[in-house]
Amino acid sequence: MHTSVALLLELGLILTALSALGALARRFALTPVPLYLLAGLALGEGGIAPVPAADEFVEIGAAIGVVLLLLTLGLEFSLGEFAASARRHVRSAVVDLVLNATPGAVVGWLVGLSPLGVLALAGATWVSSSGIIARLLTDLGRLGNRETPAVLSVLVLEDFAMAAYLPLLTVLAAGGSWWQAGLGVLLAVGAVAVAFVASRRWGHQIGRLLSHPEPEQLMLRVLGTTLVVAGLAELVGASAAVGAFLVGLTLTGVVADRARAVLAPLRDLFAATFFLAIGFAVDVRALLPLLPAAIALAAVTAGTKVLTGAYAASLDGVGRWGRLRAGTALIPRGEFSIVILGLAAVADPTLGALVTAYVLVLAITGPVLARLVRAPLPARSGPNVRVDRR
Amino acid sequence: MNEVLLPGVGLRYEFDTAEGNRIGIVARRDGRFEVVDYDRRDPDRSRLLLRLTEEEADAVAEILGAPRIAERFADLTREVPGLSAGQVEVAADSRYVDRPLGETRARTRTGASIVAIVRGEAVIASPSPVEVLRAKDVLVVIGTPDGIAGVDRIIHAP
Repeated sequence: MHTSVALLLELGLILTALSALGALARRFALTPVPLYLLAGLALGEGGIAPVPAADEFVEIGAAIGVVLLLLTLGLEFSLGEFAASARRHVRSAVVDLVLNATPGAVVGWLVGLSPLGVLALAGATWVSSSGIIARLLTDLGRLGNRETPAVLSVLVLEDFAMAAYLPLLTVLAAGGSWWQAGLGVLLAVGAVAVAFVASRRWGHQIGRLLSHPEPEQLMLRVLGTTLVVAGLAELVGASAAVGAFLVGLTLTGVVADRARAVLAPLRDLFAATFFLAIGFAVDVRALLPLLPAAIALAAVTAGTKVLTGAYAASLDGVGRWGRLRAGTALIPRGEFSIVILGLAAVADPTLGALVTAYVLVLAITGPVLARLVRAPLPARSGPNVRVDRR
Repeated sequence: MNEVLLPGVGLRYEFDTAEGNRIGIVARRDGRFEVVDYDRRDPDRSRLLLRLTEEEADAVAEILGAPRIAERFADLTREVPGLSAGQVEVAADSRYVDRPLGETRARTRTGASIVAIVRGEAVIASPSPVEVLRAKDVLVVIGTPDGIAGVDRIIHAP
């Protein structure tokens, strides 16, 4: 077997650099996503250090990264939690969609994006990053707070809405017409319903089929099945990402827990590759002129997220400071804005640069803003544990 | 006791103590726990008291609750020489998870009886053979020490 020295060296150096960046991000309690994007920008088109040999791996790895991100999202999902969130917070989800997608759509239209680009940018400003926010709430010790269920409910409903939004975007990006896109959405929503029924009625048998005491076997079976389903979903024009999400939904209980554990390292590797690939594809020279627009959009949509969170928390009868905490917690955008970009940006360099800059701004400032909001209460005496700020 | 769903994270239990403090316990899906209390001036805001790993939480639970059940049976078995009580936990990967108790054929094979199933906070006394076992159930077993060890082997057999 021929081994490419250049590939090994470049890939090794990239991964080492990513690890250093990840450690740096954790040090300041930030998410590594924006740093991975920056690394991609530095290495890719118009960057300072091109890596021709690693290009192909990054491209393939990115496709697997999206599939794994959506698979683990599906694994996190439970029908009971979705139903409970929907019962209480459908109105919050509608407010969320209207308030946060609109600024993206307007700005997209103003900078002259295609209708597809406008739709993608609206999606990118709409979805908060459940990954960043769940971690943030844990780090800040806010899981016990009364506003937290409202925040998490909004995130669950957003994630679920992705199952309809992603196929819409995929079909349109592939040059399909609006009616084909509508069909794609119906197909995906139908498939999600089937997956839910299947998981309820036969989740056990399906789980047993894929389950194996050996972690290696479990990983290969779940990964293999997911890639096949993702491929088939792409074939019928739904979207590989939605296919992977479906597999995640179908698996429940112990198998889902174990699958999450064995897939986590793989997901981290390929998701990092995916963020890198997005950075590769964006030309820094195209990004800089769009930075003011991205910052303005970030400022506006940070505000609209605060309103969304405050509204959701008020439905749960939370007080003033709690409402503000809920609002600021929802600000960070991250992996899903980038997934949306990954699906749509093939033909549109402006969109790529705009969304990348936008996520860079909000993934960094969002957690900082959430941290700053605290009620002016004097510290109480008595035993307390220092909140972990790693 | 108030139960609040935290989608994607787990569950939160809240209750007021007799002294008027409000306590919250966050049970995370990954098995870890957080214990918080609430500020009287801002009831929306919690104060983190403890973070517990799965093992630490098990230890706390054992100190606070589980021995009481075993203790009661220990009192009972002291009366009969040669008889003892033990606990067997159903591991998540046990082949009997989600299978009826009768399928283990524990009494036929070991002579020991499963007299109760402790499931979370609930206790199912004298379970029937059709009772379906769940992961993390604790079986309270009465029998000879060998019989109890036998039940343990059956439940943990791969």
